Amino acid sequence: MAYVAVTGGKEAIEQSLKLLEIFRQSDEELSVKCIRENMGLLIDKIMSEAGFYSEEYAALALKQCEGSVEEAVFLLRAYRSTLPRNYYSNAIDTADMRLIRRISAAFKDIPGGQILGPTYDYSHRLLDFSLEDGQEQEKASDTITDEPEKAISEEISGEDIRCQRVTDLLKAEHVLADVPPDDTPPFDVTSNLITFPAPRSARLQTFARSDAGFLGGVAYSSMRGYGAVHPTVSELRCGYVEVCVPYVMDEDEEICIGEILVTEVEALVPSHTETEEEFDKMTLSGGYGLIFGRNENKAIAMSIADASLEKPGDTPSQDEEFVLTHGDCLEMSGFISHLKLPHYVTFQSKLDRVRTKEEV
Amino acid sequence: MIDEKHYNFAFLDEGSKREIRRSILKAVAIPGYQVPFGSRELPIGRGWGTGGIQITLSIIGREDVLKVIDQGSDESVNAVNIKKLVEECTGVEITTDSEKASVIQSRHRIPEIPMRNDQILVLQVPTPEPLRIVEPREAVTKQMHAEAEYSGMWLSLYEDLTQYGEISISSEYPVMVENRYVMNPSPIPRYDNQKLKDSETLYLFGAGREKKIYAIPPHTEVVSMCFDDVPFRTENFEGKHCRLCGATGVYLDEIIDEKTGEKVYECSDTGFCSGRRERIS
Repeated sequence: MAYVAVTGGKEAIEQSLKLLEIFRQSDEELSVKCIRENMGLLIDKIMSEAGFYSEEYAALALKQCEGSVEEAVFLLRAYRSTLPRNYYSNAIDTADMRLIRRISAAFKDIPGGQILGPTYDYSHRLLDFSLEDGQEQEKASDTITDEPEKAISEEISGEDIRCQRVTDLLKAEHVLADVPPDDTPPFDVTSNLITFPAPRSARLQTFARSDAGFLGGVAYSSMRGYGAVHPTVSELRCGYVEVCVPYVMDEDEEICIGEILVTEVEALVPSHTETEEEFDKMTLSGGYGLIFGRNENKAIAMSIADASLEKPGDTPSQDEEFVLTHGDCLEMSGFISHLKLPHYVTFQSKLDRVRTKEEV
Repeated sequence: MIDEKHYNFAFLDEGSKREIRRSILKAVAIPGYQVPFGSRELPIGRGWGTGGIQITLSIIGREDVLKVIDQGSDESVNAVNIKKLVEECTGVEITTDSEKASVIQSRHRIPEIPMRNDQILVLQVPTPEPLRIVEPREAVTKQMHAEAEYSGMWLSLYEDLTQYGEISISSEYPVMVENRYVMNPSPIPRYDNQKLKDSETLYLFGAGREKKIYAIPPHTEVVSMCFDDVPFRTENFEGKHCRLCGATGVYLDEIIDEKTGEKVYECSDTGFCSGRRERIS
C-alpha cells in the first residue's frame, strides 16, 4: 500500500488494517480458552510485562495480535488505562504462599523440603514429534482419561503446601542482615514519575514490569563481569497468594479479591564493606524478585538487578537511572517504532544546517 | 466507534483525566517548567504522541472542535490515526481549518495562521529535557534547572559555534522562558520558535514516554538561546515558493518532482495551503 508523501493516510490505514486481518486468517480458529490453557508461560510473560493480571485478557490480546508479545503487552497496558483505580491491595505475605514449586540452591535440606514442581530445567530439549498434529490423539487415548483435569489433580493431590522462607533461618542466625519492617506506602511508578535516587519500592515495581529480555541482559552483564553480583539463590518459590484489599467500612478488616500465581526469588550476596571493621561484621544481604506467573528467569534476574543497585560501582547494572529508565517494553518499543513516522520537517531543518555548513 | 460499554468518554477514566488537568494547571503556573505526571498508556504507540494525546483527551469536551496535524499535514498517517482515536472515543467535530479548531494537536509544527486566545495548541514532545544533550542523567538535569545552572548549555552552543561557525542545532532549538527555565520547544523547526514568544494562544507540551507536561501561557517571554553578536537564524527559504498556492515566507517541504527530477517546494502546513487555494479560486 504505497502512500505518496503524507497524503491519503486514511485509506492507507484502512487497507493496512484489512491486510492484518488477512495475515491473521486461518482455517482453524484458535479459541481464547485454547491460548490461555496451552500457552501458559507466554500468558505469564505478557501479564508480568503489562503489569496487568488477567489470563483471559492476555489470551485475548495474543489472539488479536498474531502472538506478538510487545503488541499484547501494549493492548493490555492501554486497556489498563481505562480502568479506575479503586484500591491498593494490602501487603501480601508470601510466606503464606500455596506452593507449587520451591527450591533452594543454598541448602540441600530445608525445612519443608525442596519441591521441584513443574519445570523444564531437567527436561531434555528434544523436539517431541509425538505432539505433531494427528499423532497426539492416538497417544492421548491410552494415557489420559476422559477427564484429564481430574486425573492430573488426583495425581498431584494432597494438602496445600506452605512453608517458612529459607531466609528466616539465616536471619535467626544473624548471618543475614536483619532488615526492620518498613510500612512506608510504596511509590507507584504507574501514577508518578520516578525520581532518582528512587525508593526501593519504585525500583522493584519497575523491575517487575520490565521487559524480560532487558532485565536478563542487565543481570547477565552483572554476573559476567560488568558488575559484582553473582548471587546464591537462597530460595525460588512459585505458587498462589491471596490478594486482599481493605474493607471500606472498617479499615482493619480486609476482603480477599482473589488469588494470583507468582514467582518469588530471594538471592544472597555478601554485603558491601568498605572498612576492615565492617568486613569483620560482614553479613549477607539480599536481592529480591517477585513476578506475576511462572516467570523464573525474570524473577532471578530481578533479584540480581535489585542487588546490583545496592553495590556502588560504575557498571551499567549499577547505574540506577540507566536500568530503571530503559527496560519498559512499551516505552522502548514505542520510541523505537516512532522512527517509522515521517520526519520531513525536522529533516528539512537538518538539511538546511548541513547545506549552510557546506557554504561556510 | 469505540463502544461506550467498555470505554469512558475520551478513553481515560475520569480520575486519570483530572490528575492530568492538575498537572497542566501547574505547568501553566510555572511557564517552561517540566511538571512530572503519571503518564497513562494509550492504544497508540508510546513515542507516537501519547503525551499530546493525553493532554487532548483530558481537556477535550463534547463542544470542542479538533484539528490534528503531523509535520504540518492533516492527512499524514499518524495525524489520521490520532484523529480517529479521539473522534471514536469522544465524537467531537474534526476540522482541518486551524481557525475553526478550538484544540489543535500537532507534531513538529505550529500552524502558519497565528492562533487566538480561545484556542489551545497541544504539542507532542519526544525528549522534553533540553539539557539532555549535555547531561544524560535526569537526577542531575533536575538539579541544574532548580539552580538555573545553564552554563553547560551555553558552553555547548559556544563549542558548536567555534566548530561550525554557526550553532548547528536544526530543529528542537532550545529557548529561555521568562528568563528562568531553559525549555525544549519540541522538534519544531527554528522557523516556528518565533511564534512561541508573546503569543495569544496557550501552548501545552506533553511527553508521554518521559512523563512530563509543560506549558507556555499567552504573552510569555520566550527567547531562542543565542549570543548577542551571533543572531538566531531560522531556516532559509529565500527565493522559494509553494508550487501549489504560491506562498512565500512560510515553512516549505522540499519535494523532488517525479517527472522532471527538479527540486520543488510545497507548504508544510497543508491546512493553510488548501485554505489559500480555495480563497484564490
